[in-house]
Amino acid sequence: MSWRKFFGRKRADADLVEEIESYIAEETAENKARGMSEQEAMRRARIKFGNPSAVRESLWRQNTIPLFDNVVRDLRYALRTLRRTPGFTLIAIGVMALCIGATTSLFTVVRSVLLKPLPFRDPDRLVMVYEHFRDPSINAQQFNYNPVAPGDFYDWRAQTHGFEDMAVLRYSNATLTGERGELPEQVSARGGSWNLFPLLGVDAAIGRTFTESEDRPDGNAVMLTWSLFERRFGGDRSIVGKQIHLDGKPHTVVGILPSWFNYPDVKVQLWIPYQSGMPPVVLQHHDFHFSTVVGRLRSGVSLESALSQVSAVQYRLHLANQNAPVAEDVASRTLSDDLAQNVKKPLTVLLCAVGCMLLIGCLNVANLLVARSAARQRELALRSTLGAPWLTLIRGQLMESLLISIAGGAAGILLSLGATRWLVSAWTNLPTAQSIDADGTVLAFACVLIFATALLAGLLPALLSTRRGSLAVLQASSRTARSSQSRTAMRKTLLTVEIAATVVLLFGAGLLLKSFWRLRSTDLGCVTENVLTMNYSLRSKQYDTPEKANAFNEKLLERVRAIPGVRAVALGSTLPGTGDGEDDIFAVAEHPPTPPGVVLPDALYRSADPGFFSALKIPLMNGRFFSSDDRTGRPQTIIISHLLAQQYFSGENPLGKHLRIPAFGDDEYEIVGVVGDTLYQIGRPLRPIMYLPVLHGKLDGLTLAVVTASDPLQISIPVQKQFAALDSQLAVSNVLTLQQIIERSLGNASLSASLVLSFAVLSLVLASVGLYGVLSYIATQRTGEIGIRMALGAPRQQILSLMLGDGLRPAIYGLLLGLAASAGAIRLIQSMLYGTQPLDPAVIVTVIATLLVVAAIACLIPAWKSSRIDPMVALRME
Amino acid sequence: MAKQNQPDVEMLKGTLDMMILRTLVGGDAHGHTIAKVIERTSEDVLEVEQGSLYPALHRLEDRGWVSSYWGVSENNRKAKFYKLTAAGRKQLAYEATRWRQMTRAIGLVMGEDLAGSGGGQ
Repeated sequence: MSWRKFFGRKRADADLVEEIESYIAEETAENKARGMSEQEAMRRARIKFGNPSAVRESLWRQNTIPLFDNVVRDLRYALRTLRRTPGFTLIAIGVMALCIGATTSLFTVVRSVLLKPLPFRDPDRLVMVYEHFRDPSINAQQFNYNPVAPGDFYDWRAQTHGFEDMAVLRYSNATLTGERGELPEQVSARGGSWNLFPLLGVDAAIGRTFTESEDRPDGNAVMLTWSLFERRFGGDRSIVGKQIHLDGKPHTVVGILPSWFNYPDVKVQLWIPYQSGMPPVVLQHHDFHFSTVVGRLRSGVSLESALSQVSAVQYRLHLANQNAPVAEDVASRTLSDDLAQNVKKPLTVLLCAVGCMLLIGCLNVANLLVARSAARQRELALRSTLGAPWLTLIRGQLMESLLISIAGGAAGILLSLGATRWLVSAWTNLPTAQSIDADGTVLAFACVLIFATALLAGLLPALLSTRRGSLAVLQASSRTARSSQSRTAMRKTLLTVEIAATVVLLFGAGLLLKSFWRLRSTDLGCVTENVLTMNYSLRSKQYDTPEKANAFNEKLLERVRAIPGVRAVALGSTLPGTGDGEDDIFAVAEHPPTPPGVVLPDALYRSADPGFFSALKIPLMNGRFFSSDDRTGRPQTIIISHLLAQQYFSGENPLGKHLRIPAFGDDEYEIVGVVGDTLYQIGRPLRPIMYLPVLHGKLDGLTLAVVTASDPLQISIPVQKQFAALDSQLAVSNVLTLQQIIERSLGNASLSASLVLSFAVLSLVLASVGLYGVLSYIATQRTGEIGIRMALGAPRQQILSLMLGDGLRPAIYGLLLGLAASAGAIRLIQSMLYGTQPLDPAVIVTVIATLLVVAAIACLIPAWKSSRIDPMVALRME
Repeated sequence: MAKQNQPDVEMLKGTLDMMILRTLVGGDAHGHTIAKVIERTSEDVLEVEQGSLYPALHRLEDRGWVSSYWGVSENNRKAKFYKLTAAGRKQLAYEATRWRQMTRAIGLVMGEDLAGSGGGQ
């Protein structure tokens, strides 16, 4: 009702004016009837009525909602002020949009990845269980959470009761073809035990999930993810129940997973039962670590007690398998932690960095507002002296920063929608089980952010300019400038904090960048330029004997070598720098047997063809490379890396000695060569490597590396044509250059380094703009003083250094404060650094120098201007 | 207008609404008439302050106790007429009762012999 009154008050006023007129007219008429003259009658009528404006005002007040009215007035005033200085307004809004947008984007990702519960039934009870090696000597980080052997898993599941159920997953990939020779495609897949989907609480969108009877080595069921279903099968529901071919073997599609199901990552295209296609003997092994286990805690059972049962089972298994790498213990982490483990730290760092930038943005706007409020100082002092409530004055001041924040925030939210999408695509290992989208919570967060920034940016200047005892302001002439001293001090303080935050950002960015450069310039131990790589497998029936596989591989090598532009060709399993691939334990046959209870040493193993090492320029240290005689049916030979020779053959010649690899049976492999070390992954320590001849009938996970004279990607089609010529049903996957693979593995280090760097650069720009603004302000304030100094004979250099000192002081305080704060911030990013000390002197020096140079430039312009002041002009200005 | 009238007017403020409603019982009227009627009937003791009459009229209208329409006055001038509504009548009855109770109570305190109630003494 009062709102109706409020918006109808213009009309009510107009009515009243007419009423008043009619009253005067009536009264005049009556007066005239009493015999007064026209003029006198009118005058008396007006006197009788009194002041019409007062009546109108009183009605107006009666119809007004005072708070709302005042807010609207403040709003209008603020809008007018902002419109008068479009440059300032646009810059401030832009700064806010960038800061709020970036913060919102990161929050969106952080919320989805770290905070939002997984889209599974009762996700808090889902945990991953790993094997855990206690022995610290082999406990290089990767063994803390070691993949689980299938034999261990089946024992855990059968013999413990703390979990409602436990399920097991394994990596897989397959060549997908149709029944009628459609285009073959290599797809990434996962094997999951039949109970995995019920355990997660996920049902098939179409069809059903696996049954227990399908989870057998000869099982041939398959489930498609929604994306494969849409992409390859055009969303045709009748595919359920039909057959598709995986590696040439028919599989029946039993169901389609829902479209939101992107677990464990978005690359997975299809699921097969865990045991499907596995040799039964492998399923009983306790030392083939290739699976991950997810369990659902029984309600009312604590994680500790559930784990202690599993741990006891595992310890018995460890005792029963002396010398084999069967862990003594188990370790666990929640499913959501497990999915986010690689991104938690970088995300936190980025969120902190972006928060820092937001703080700087706020302080910068606050700083600009302080300068602007100087113009309104007298008005505010007058109003407060006349009794305007303090809160009213604060409100008026806050309105401006609120408007800036709202406009900036709105633009920022739009910006963040795009930025989030970009971030998700640029960040290669973000877990995708949870869709990353802005939702109500994110919007609410952005709104809170907007009001918080408005408060932070607006409150400081508002408090300053509405301080009590402002009578002094009224008395002060512009010349004494005493009142502006507190203002200047405030601006300098803001600036100091701003610069300190910038230093922290610069420092973090410097460390991350240096660490990234270190990573990039790491020597892999082999040639990486102009190397084209591709993967393939020979799993179909055509290659059922090692001889057939060897024949294909040799023919392929011969054909590819003949392509013009190809310098050399290498065929192996896992190339240097492309991951850990396979590893296993070994024993030296000539050495005394390992005492029981001691786990045998572990090394990566690779396959290599005779030309592998020379093609990739991995040097021969001793002995020989493989020859074409190292093949199926001939004596078993092996080549070891320099590190392996150093660690396990110190002081003796490894050549002619024999290795036993328990996983491959009792065969002994004669060491025929020692080759140079290569890194299996950039940023990780060297590990010993053993190489087996690829011509021992290697079928699976083959990698062809083609070293070319020029751009390797141009050779990719001719090479693929050779594959097609030999076997048209064979799919080649991951056609990439070695450089690309390495860049990808560094992608996230480069992303976080460059993001933090761009935040730091932006902050530096903001801080220097702030510095420039403050010093210009001080210079204007002191124009009179400078005029007097010059008139009294101060040389220009002195004025220049006076002003420079004034501006550089907050920069130096900020620098010191920032360096101190960085000491704390380092701890956060320490674990993200590679080959870089947290107190890297080069980074420290660069940060200090950059900041000082930028600060000096920002100060020099206003300082130089004030040293050029004509004293006469300066003095006359007052 | 005269200074010493101010306190009287202030005191009457609460009762102005009631008197306006009472005046309108006699028929629809515009502002000028209402003021005049109040002044006349009070034998010119009460002087209606225009500054409070018009806001009061608008207030009464907002509360739904009177309604208004533009009409033509006795002197053929355009004027805004106010009309008592049913709700206004109820309000008037209520206020009048309260007023009587109040004046009687005050009268008793002041030891006045009230006409009608003091007959028995």
